Amino acid sequence: MIVLEWLFLTIAPCDAAEPWQLGSQDAATPMMQGITDLHHDIFFFLILILVFVSRILVRALWHFHYQKNPIPQRIVHGTTIEILRTIFPSIIPMFIAIPSFALLYSMDEVVVDPAITIKAIGHQWYRTYEYSDYNSSDEQSLTFDSYTIPEDDLEFGQSRLLEVDNRVVVPAKTHLRIIVTPADVPHSWAVPSSGVKCDAVPGRLNQISISVQREGVYYGQCSEICGTNHAFT
Amino acid sequence: MAEIEVELKTAPADFRFPTTNQTRHCFTRYVEFHKCLAAKGEESGACEKFAKYYRSLCPGDWVERWNEQRETGTFPGPL
Repeated sequence: MIVLEWLFLTIAPCDAAEPWQLGSQDAATPMMQGITDLHHDIFFFLILILVFVSRILVRALWHFHYQKNPIPQRIVHGTTIEILRTIFPSIIPMFIAIPSFALLYSMDEVVVDPAITIKAIGHQWYRTYEYSDYNSSDEQSLTFDSYTIPEDDLEFGQSRLLEVDNRVVVPAKTHLRIIVTPADVPHSWAVPSSGVKCDAVPGRLNQISISVQREGVYYGQCSEICGTNHAFT
Repeated sequence: MAEIEVELKTAPADFRFPTTNQTRHCFTRYVEFHKCLAAKGEESGACEKFAKYYRSLCPGDWVERWNEQRETGTFPGPL
């Protein structure tokens, strides 16, 4: 028993890119939350290494300036430091790899059967969405095309190159299976705030499993060059 | 908005096809449906399950094309 709800917002929500944005969009699925958390983990070690290496570099440049110090070499051996500087940098990637592999393998794990299957079919240059779980025959029961709204037709507050005429509506807090495929050339179905980017390869059905944790409107753009109107300008 | 109670059901995750590429899954369900029809007959409802599965997974264009191929006898699968 699932309650279906959807919100129509007339102002730009936070699940699309903001001007001058540096960080990720707000996570809407556990997968995206995992990606963001991994990014924070890695960024910590990245800053440590950056500061350490910069300090050594600046010190070397400062103290070994050719006018102050014409003979560049002072120390030739140092067994202890050589051992330390080999072991220590091989431990740091382990701290990075552990959460990274944990996330990577958990993404592939199918824990629960999906509750609904939605097909996202890429065309030049629009998308078609099919909901066929309740067909009683081979004719499609619910199929619609989704075109990006051209700039001239945008209303005040709508996002350029992101708004579409028919949005794909999905139930929240439900395990979805999205099947991505194209009808002509390669495309890619991407929704950054849900942590989804799935290539649409001709002749192939790619499956992604997501579970959107909060209601809202999420935006994405085709992420594989697919012809002259790929950028829709 | 009134609360709508719906039961959502779709093709289950098939352990034979654990990876991202589900092309073979869709094709297998389609072939299974037609093998079931050939074995059990058109009228029995036992094959409806497979029909639901392939309709959920396969794009409508693919199903149309395969139906045409079956009619002309050029379907490349083991029916």
